[in-house]
Amino acid sequence: MTVITLNGEARELGDRVTIEAAVHAAGAPDARGVAVALDGEVVPRGEWATTEVRDGQQVEVLHAVQGGA
Amino acid sequence: MLEIAGRPFESRLILGTGGFRNLQVMADAARESGAELATVAMRRVDPTARGSLVEVLEEAGLEVLPNTAGCFTAREAVTTAKLARDALGTDWVKLEVIGDDRTLLPDPAELLTAAEQLVADGFTVLPYTNDDPILARRLEDVGCAAVMPLGSPIGSGMGINNAYNLRLIVERARVPVILDAGVGTASDAALAMELGCDAVLLASAISRAADPPAMARAMRKAVEAGYEARRAGRIPRRQYAQASSPEDGIAELEPEAQRASSTP
Repeated sequence: MTVITLNGEARELGDRVTIEAAVHAAGAPDARGVAVALDGEVVPRGEWATTEVRDGQQVEVLHAVQGGA
Repeated sequence: MLEIAGRPFESRLILGTGGFRNLQVMADAARESGAELATVAMRRVDPTARGSLVEVLEEAGLEVLPNTAGCFTAREAVTTAKLARDALGTDWVKLEVIGDDRTLLPDPAELLTAAEQLVADGFTVLPYTNDDPILARRLEDVGCAAVMPLGSPIGSGMGINNAYNLRLIVERARVPVILDAGVGTASDAALAMELGCDAVLLASAISRAADPPAMARAMRKAVEAGYEARRAGRIPRRQYAQASSPEDGIAELEPEAQRASSTP
């Protein structure tokens, strides 16, 4: 089992976890407008399917919300 | 016409989207404001959230301008800008690097570092800055596409606290100066434009007003009025009155005899 920190919460997500799977697990309604940081570094959309998340890594899945001034 | 980084804009009002009760009120206010750009923040995905902010804004004819609100360091702000670029497909960013939670005032050192790095990475950087003419110049020097001095702290509604500094910034800037934060009501926005700002960015004054679409309309008019007044050239301030009716040819309506008898 791979245990990662997904948007601040510890999550067990199977044996082989990709960014794509993490985005899905985070509950993003669709991938449009979503971006991902793995241990504080941006993972470009094109690399989600091939980038693996290892035990103990932190994944942040973000999207645009109302904000500003 | 306002031009930022070579892009023309009809409207001199930029809308922040924070604080609206719901997306419908935001969309109505956005239309009334006439704004073409709207700021958004990057936050963790909320699986229970309903409706797409970006779609609602696009339907109302506004383009999104991601901000880096909530960042305290250059590193956080740079990463957030890159995340926004990946998520939203824009390399424009409203750069915010905050020094503390109570005042939400910019941290000048972190701000300048972040601006430099983002410009080098190809971003069009619009920094939210203190009303400091020297910092504004430094931000321009590192390649920012505009400078966005505050009128007063974010959400405070105190208006323009240092009109003198704002004048100094406007006087020497070669990039657009956008007043960002502090506007409370329409006269604050008009004053910013009268002082020579090229545009005004605001959110709370509209989003937290009792009637946001009505306030959005008022802000649109205020920005236009202030801009036109600035170009029209105001009269100088005087210590005393200056009659505007002719002083020659005034009738004598109190005969001298009468005036003498009425004097005790």
